[in-house]
Amino acid sequence: MLMFRVFSKPEKLSVYWRQILHEINSIGISSMPIIAIISIFMGGIITIQAAFGFTSPLVPLYAVGFTTRESILLEFSPTIVCLILAGKVGSNIASEIGAMRITEQIDALEIMGINSAGYLIFPKIAAAVLIFPFLIALSMFLGIWGGYFMGTASGACTEYQYIFGIQAFFEPWKLYYSFTKVIVFAYLITSVSSYYGYHTSGGALEVGKSSTSAVVYSSILILLFGLILTNIFFHR
Amino acid sequence: MIEIRNINKTFGDRHVVKDVSFTFQPSMTNLIIGESGCGKTTILKLMVGLHEVDSGDVLFDGQNFPVLGVKEKQEVRKKIGMLFQGGALFDSQTVEENVRFPLDMFTDLSKAEKLDRVNFCLQKVKLEGRNHLYPAELSGGMKKRAALARAIANNPRYLFCDEPNSGLDPKTSIIIDDLIKDITVEFGITTIIITHDMNSVIEIGDNIMFVYKGENWWTGDKTEILGTKNAELFDFVFASEFMKTFFKKQ
Repeated sequence: MLMFRVFSKPEKLSVYWRQILHEINSIGISSMPIIAIISIFMGGIITIQAAFGFTSPLVPLYAVGFTTRESILLEFSPTIVCLILAGKVGSNIASEIGAMRITEQIDALEIMGINSAGYLIFPKIAAAVLIFPFLIALSMFLGIWGGYFMGTASGACTEYQYIFGIQAFFEPWKLYYSFTKVIVFAYLITSVSSYYGYHTSGGALEVGKSSTSAVVYSSILILLFGLILTNIFFHR
Repeated sequence: MIEIRNINKTFGDRHVVKDVSFTFQPSMTNLIIGESGCGKTTILKLMVGLHEVDSGDVLFDGQNFPVLGVKEKQEVRKKIGMLFQGGALFDSQTVEENVRFPLDMFTDLSKAEKLDRVNFCLQKVKLEGRNHLYPAELSGGMKKRAALARAIANNPRYLFCDEPNSGLDPKTSIIIDDLIKDITVEFGITTIIITHDMNSVIEIGDNIMFVYKGENWWTGDKTEILGTKNAELFDFVFASEFMKTFFKKQ
C-alpha cells in the first residue's frame, strides 16, 4: 500500500528531480569515504589471506589475484558493502523520516495536499538505485587496487602474478549478476528503511527503535535476496 | 465556511468525539476550546482528514470532505493552511525554502515572483530578513511565525491553528493572536484555532465552541463566555483564582 503511494504520479516533476539530486548527494556521495576505506583494506586483507592459504606448489600464485577478484566482484562489494550501506544509509533514512513523523512534518505535507510518501520516499529509492551501482563499481576498483598494493608491498605475490590473476578466467556475466544484486539491495535498503521511518509513532525512543529495525530487516532481506539471486544466476 | 455535522470518532473502546456539529464562519476567528484530552485536536484532525471520521460530514464550502476521492481531497487541501503546535517546519530547509515550499509545489510562478511572495509573507509575520535561517536557529515564537508565513503563502481559504500559543510567553502569544486575526480579516479566511489559552479566547474569540468530554457543550462568542451559567464552561474559564477575582470585580 505504501509503495503504491510512493510510485504514484508526482505533484511536480521538477521538485522531485531536485530531491533526487539532493538524495544522490546525501545517500551516495557522502558514503564514498567509508566505502573507499573499507574496500581498500578488505582487498588487501583478502589478498594476504589468500597468499597465506595457497601453500601447495601445485597452486599457481596468480590464484591470489584471481581469488581476490572473484571475492570482491561476487560477494564483498555487492553484498558486504551493501550491508554496510544498510547500516549507514538505512538508519539515516529511518531516523530522518521518523523524526519528521513525530514532529508533524509529514502531517504538514499531507495537509498541503502533497503525497508525503511519494515526496519523501520515491527520491530516496530512485537516488539509491541510480547511485549504488557507481558506489559498488568504485568499491570493486578500490578493493582490487588495495589487493594489488598490499599483495605486492607485502611480497605475497608479484605484480605480474597479481595482474595476470585478476584477468584470468574472467566471465562478464558475473558482473551482470553483481550489479543486479546491487540494484535489488538498493531498493530493499531504501524501501524497508523508509517504511520503518514512515510508520514511526511516539517520540525519540521510537525513532531509535525504527532505525534499528530498519537496519536489522534490511540486512536480513539483503542476505535472503542475495541467496535467491545467487540460486537464480548460478543455477545449472 | 466549514460545517461539521454529527461527526463521531472512536479509538478502540474510547468514544473520543461524540456527535459534534458546528459551523465555522469565514473572516472570523473560530475557536475550539476545552481542557486537555477533551478531543479538540482530534476534531481538527478529523476535519483535515488526518483521521477518518467514523460517521458524520465535514463540509468545506459544501464539499463533503470525508467522502471525496484522493485527488479531490488533495485539491481541497491545497486551499488549507495549517499552523501546527510545534510549527512543523522542515528542518532541512531555511525559512525562505519552508515558506516557498507550497509555491514550488503548486504554482508556476517565476523565481522572482516566489521570492516576492515569500518576502511579503515574512513581512506579514514580522520575520523580514530572516530568510536564510534554519528552524533550529529560531526561537519558539519565530518558529510559529515562520510556520504561519508558510501556512498563508499559497493564499489559503481555510486556516487551521493547533494551539498556536503553547509554549510562548504572554507578549509573543498576543503577537501571534493578532497576526492570525489580522490575516483572517484581511484575506477573508475561515480560521479555526484550537486553544485553552484564556487570553486568546477573550482577545480573538469571534465564534467559540467549547468541547467537553468529546461533545459540543457550549457555543457563543467572547462576550457571552464571561457571563456563562454553564457549570463546566465556568469551571474551565474561571479555573484560576485570578480569573475569578478579576472578573468578579468587573
